[in-house]
Amino acid sequence: MLNNVSQLPPSLTDVSNTNANLRAFLYGLSGVDQVGADARAAMLATRSIKTSAKLKAIDLAISMIDLTTLEGADTAGKVRALCAKARRPDANEASVPPVAAVCVYGDLANIAKSALIDTQIKVAAVATAFPSGRASLKVKLLDTQEAVANGADEIDMVIDRGAFLAGRYLDVFNEIVAIKNVCGSAHLKVILETGELKTYDNVKRASWLAMLAGADFIKTSTGKVQPAATLPVTLVMLHAIRDFDALTNMRIGMKPAGGIKTTKDAIKYLVLVNETLGEQWLTPKWFRLGASSLLNNLLMQRYRMQTGRYSGADYVTLD
Amino acid sequence: MKFEYAPAPESTSIVNIKSKNDLFIDNEFISSKKGSRFITINPATEEVLAEITAATDDDVDLAVTAARKAFKSWAKLAGAERAKYLFRIARIIQDRAREIAVLETLNNGKPIRESRDVDIPLVAAHFFHYAGWADKLEYAGLGSNPKPHGVVGQIIPWNFPMLMLAWKIAPALAAGNTVVLKPAETTSLTALLFAEICQQADLPPGVVNIVTGAGDTGRAIVNHPDVNKIAFTGSTEVGRFIAQSIAGTKKKLTLELGGKAANIVFDDAPLDQTIEGIVNGIFFNQGHVCCAGSRLLVQESIHDELLSLLYQRLELLRVGDPLDKNTDVGAINSAAQLVKIQELAASGEAEGANRWSSSCQLPANGFWFPPTVFTNVSQSHRIAREEIFGPVLSVLTFRTPDEAIAKANNTPYGLSAGVWTEKGSRILEVTSKLKAGVVWANTFNKFDPTSPFGGYKESGYGREGGRQGLTAYLFAGENE
Repeated sequence: MLNNVSQLPPSLTDVSNTNANLRAFLYGLSGVDQVGADARAAMLATRSIKTSAKLKAIDLAISMIDLTTLEGADTAGKVRALCAKARRPDANEASVPPVAAVCVYGDLANIAKSALIDTQIKVAAVATAFPSGRASLKVKLLDTQEAVANGADEIDMVIDRGAFLAGRYLDVFNEIVAIKNVCGSAHLKVILETGELKTYDNVKRASWLAMLAGADFIKTSTGKVQPAATLPVTLVMLHAIRDFDALTNMRIGMKPAGGIKTTKDAIKYLVLVNETLGEQWLTPKWFRLGASSLLNNLLMQRYRMQTGRYSGADYVTLD
Repeated sequence: MKFEYAPAPESTSIVNIKSKNDLFIDNEFISSKKGSRFITINPATEEVLAEITAATDDDVDLAVTAARKAFKSWAKLAGAERAKYLFRIARIIQDRAREIAVLETLNNGKPIRESRDVDIPLVAAHFFHYAGWADKLEYAGLGSNPKPHGVVGQIIPWNFPMLMLAWKIAPALAAGNTVVLKPAETTSLTALLFAEICQQADLPPGVVNIVTGAGDTGRAIVNHPDVNKIAFTGSTEVGRFIAQSIAGTKKKLTLELGGKAANIVFDDAPLDQTIEGIVNGIFFNQGHVCCAGSRLLVQESIHDELLSLLYQRLELLRVGDPLDKNTDVGAINSAAQLVKIQELAASGEAEGANRWSSSCQLPANGFWFPPTVFTNVSQSHRIAREEIFGPVLSVLTFRTPDEAIAKANNTPYGLSAGVWTEKGSRILEVTSKLKAGVVWANTFNKFDPTSPFGGYKESGYGREGGRQGLTAYLFAGENE
């Protein structure tokens, strides 16, 4: 079920009437204590996930990956190789599940689409003048329309951080609404670029703003700004999703992206979801990991769990 | 997808528990001539771990004599030399941290995550901190020539066995005192391991003496004529008895007793972190914490929202095997304590409060009590006034800051309190009006060796930790 803003409860429909109303709503949310949020995330990171639980977590994490290439040097060949990896992550082991999606620039979405046409794997395309978002709405809409026309099942848009930091919340809101309108049946992931928003209060407010405007997923980062995804930022966003669900009965997905490189990292994110939103979100439908090098690390750990031996980097494919 | 965590038990192979344990006097483990032995168990399984000696009056006399003999040279030793021993002890504690943590969890029932991540690191930190003080006593605020009291009798509780030992022994030794310490009868094992560490550190004989036993042993220490100071942490009832016993003697006394701390949540609090603070305040260490945030005072306008979040969160607490690295809440320390908790919880229901308990599965053996919250509690209920010392939270409401302060202070205790608000000026205003020794703002149950800890009113007197904690083991000598 897509986030259909027309189903928002009446109490939330007029919060976006004016910038003042929207600001009042966002500032009425309870604050986030940074020390406390960091401490909670650090505590959850100590969960010890071993043996059968680890093996299950590895396969779950693989199935949640948005396998990503977002380089200026991307070519059709690179995207096709990535799609082959997405379908069959481990050349030696057919039991490894495919990843959730392949994430590319919009102009290469058609290449990915045709390479994945006979699979369940989604094509996600970044749009709206990714990663900076510094372009006119006209350009952003066109960017999005082209990506959709090229076969993108999911659009990863960036918010206008400049407008957000300047207090023009309604502009950010309206832009998301406009992009959503041209997405058609494609799911909309809204990238907050939390590394530029800096404070957890901002992260929480931007999460709510995006969900109210119609985001199907909220996503931490482009991967082009440091820090990208962190555990505490993800925790703050998961809490916002939980509260939005409690208020509206609408489920929003979550995608941390950038900097998630190891199996240990990935499992920490799964623990975070497990102990905030719970098992209903522990599916690729509602939780994604935006990553590129993570997949091979998961494959090597999976091999070790099943055989008791470590394999080397030469035994997993570089794509 | 359901994501169950597989069992992740910490291995116990690292600990080596002697089946019969002696007393540690004058750097030797010696058996008591007349003392009997009693068993000590793992409260999570009721499995017998070892036999412990109940030290008699004669044993205590031997320990005090050894401490007196050692005092002469220990107090004369240059501060920098005493510091070397304390630094050495601190480093050995870090080296053997996992062993100490496992033993603590086995004997106490607290989760390994807490003994590993909180208790034992703090133990080492206390020794490091006071090691640093040993050659700087003239800066303690007691003039240029502060003097140690002499032989100090120390009696500690079962809730943080090793940490309470560190709070007592580290400043006493840094100041130049020698000690006779009695651990609680249900949790003696880490104190005996500490005795081994004293041997390993080549601490001079008699500086630290550990005598195990129950109330009679404690009474023998308190009443021994050659003890100069008593330091006690435990119940207000026993503290009162000790104060009466030494009244009229020259003995100095510090007492760290019970508490019934108010954790005050204003309507502008950061809710998700407040929930963590509430959980940490009352379910940390199964609520066996004298400064536990056992009374939640929540502003009426956010009561329902906060409680609904709290119940959700409490259902996620992992209650069970304390040795499992993923356990959040462990076992109640003893059958007697469990009975006390059950009795007070029953009084809460009888007096008309509403009880909510986590639906967690409790293990069949051992002593267990589910995380429990009482709402609709009023100030007159026993569960709002008496220290439960268990995983039981009493929730009360208030409407204005003045009411919150009045209700928070309306208790015979005054050990700790907490304030949750995003407004800095309110933190300053409210904390300055709370009559409690420690007040936390937007956090709870955080400890640091540099920070003094202690109570108002029936929560005791004297401070532990920091410079203030050091002065409890010194008096102002004549200026040189």
